[in-house]
Amino acid sequence: MDTLFQQIINGLSLGSIYALLALGYTMVYGIIKLINFAHGDIYMLGAFWGYYVINTWHFNFISALLSAMVVGAASGVIIEYFAYRPLRHSPRITALITAIGVSFFLENGMSYLFSSNTRDFPQIIKQVNYHIGGVLISNIQVLILVTACALMVLLQLIIKKTKMGRAMRAVSVDADAAELVGININWTISFTFALGSALAGAAGVLIGLYYNSIDPLMGMTPGIKAFVAAVLGGIGSVPGASVGGFLIGILETFVQSIGLSAYKDAVVYFVLIVILLILPAGIFGKNVKEKV
Amino acid sequence: MIKLKANFKYNVIWFLIMVAGFYLMNTLILVGVIDSFIENMLVTIGINIILATGLNLIIGFAGQFSLGHAGFMAIGAYATAIVTQTNSTPAGFYISILVGIVVAIIAALIVGIPTLRLRGDYLAIATMGAAEIIRIIINNLKITGGAAGMFNIPQFADWPTVYIMVCVTTIIIVNFIHSRAGRAVTSVREDEIAAEAMGINVTKWKLAAFVLGASTAAVAGSLHASYLQTIAPNDFGIMESISILIIVVLGGVGSITGTFVAAVVLGVLDTVLQNFGTLRMVIYAVALVLIMIFKPSGLLGTWELSIKQLWRRPKRKERVES
Repeated sequence: MDTLFQQIINGLSLGSIYALLALGYTMVYGIIKLINFAHGDIYMLGAFWGYYVINTWHFNFISALLSAMVVGAASGVIIEYFAYRPLRHSPRITALITAIGVSFFLENGMSYLFSSNTRDFPQIIKQVNYHIGGVLISNIQVLILVTACALMVLLQLIIKKTKMGRAMRAVSVDADAAELVGININWTISFTFALGSALAGAAGVLIGLYYNSIDPLMGMTPGIKAFVAAVLGGIGSVPGASVGGFLIGILETFVQSIGLSAYKDAVVYFVLIVILLILPAGIFGKNVKEKV
Repeated sequence: MIKLKANFKYNVIWFLIMVAGFYLMNTLILVGVIDSFIENMLVTIGINIILATGLNLIIGFAGQFSLGHAGFMAIGAYATAIVTQTNSTPAGFYISILVGIVVAIIAALIVGIPTLRLRGDYLAIATMGAAEIIRIIINNLKITGGAAGMFNIPQFADWPTVYIMVCVTTIIIVNFIHSRAGRAVTSVREDEIAAEAMGINVTKWKLAAFVLGASTAAVAGSLHASYLQTIAPNDFGIMESISILIIVVLGGVGSITGTFVAAVVLGVLDTVLQNFGTLRMVIYAVALVLIMIFKPSGLLGTWELSIKQLWRRPKRKERVES
């Protein structure tokens, strides 16, 4: 029973990282129907930014997290402006290939500029372990979970309560109609990218703290897993992405705990294929019938 | 399924061109114009052509966006590595190619039957996941040498073998495209619902293109393993799938001629830029994005070099003049 709780705790802290990433995927997909492959690499940029500012400018955790969110948001907006905006009316496959190109560019660009070595993320918060009823919880796990949940609640408030959030929802339902009632589409899409990428930047710093190591290719696998999480929750649905992220995190730690850690990625991909086949709309998604 | 008869005249002409090309290359090698360095480049280009024509069949002609080509390549490569280790003869090598093709076809059926129901980007993600599953399984098996890969694979694939394989796979794929099957596959790309209404079994033809593409990828994998003599699971990751995709996209999705041109251009660029290391990949990435933004149809679009057209064109002009 203790090991079960232990795995759930581990799964939740890993899952909250996936959830933060999945939110970015789901928002971007909801608004422009694009799988933003470069999203995982924005998370990598966030981690590298955190590494840089903590090491050279001796930022503390909060300022590193916030500045990484700003950097993530800025890079998301820049990528959208230069790579995705010219392609808004082209076929989706074209946009998808562009997204792959951007992801490729960020990974190799970072490898070229800063070498592809794995490096240790500075530990600004000293790890303290708590034993609660036989379950081991570290303060970093608590911190990750709390930060991630706070950001998710904040995101939900922005989407549901602010004018910009209403504009985002309007554009994702019908972009043309939204434009007719005076919503600036370009500005709304940029804002969506900024929000999603800020969460990815934050996730980058959190994963740096959790796993202690970062490298330029770190974004690829978590990026795809976060996309799986977004699909699992129902792509386009914000609560779905959070739930999907936690589920994928828990699934991964359970697979690891039963001794199949070499196959943990394969299990996630398998789950993706199964979900796409039996529940293509995800847990919270709406099923849309195709019209001729 | 593949009708050679209807296009027999053109196939013979192409065959003669291929034979002529073969002798031209061999003379150049004998004279010493092509040294081992260039020969190495030509083999890489040849393997890339096989991979990219197969992927172009799936993406360009069947309209199914697959991101898992490297997975099938891995199957071929490991089939050759394992079979030639026990049976180190040229016959063993050809048996290993066949084994690779059969295993790749089985894998393509297992992957394709469920996932080809999906559309567009979902299919891309699903096939990518499937290829990753193949890679992870290879990574954890004993017989494949785990993450370290396999070494000292006997070298049977030299330049003539690769050249012949490029010709054979291209002839098969081009004839497939120009047959009744090819038209069915293209109609599925254009409009799935309309094709279904015309009585075309959509799933069957999608799967046919997918399986044919996968089996050529396995051939390319076999050649790759036997030529380089060293393989590791990480050679067949997402990156490899993407670099095959780059060739297809650069040449023009839906143009086999374009794929040839792009594979040659990228192969030469690769050799020239070899000293740049990682910067080369950065240049590729920027090129990919720029092509998508400014010329999404690729270098040649859907244009094909066709002897049929070369013969017909003067006649058409005459008619216009008269």
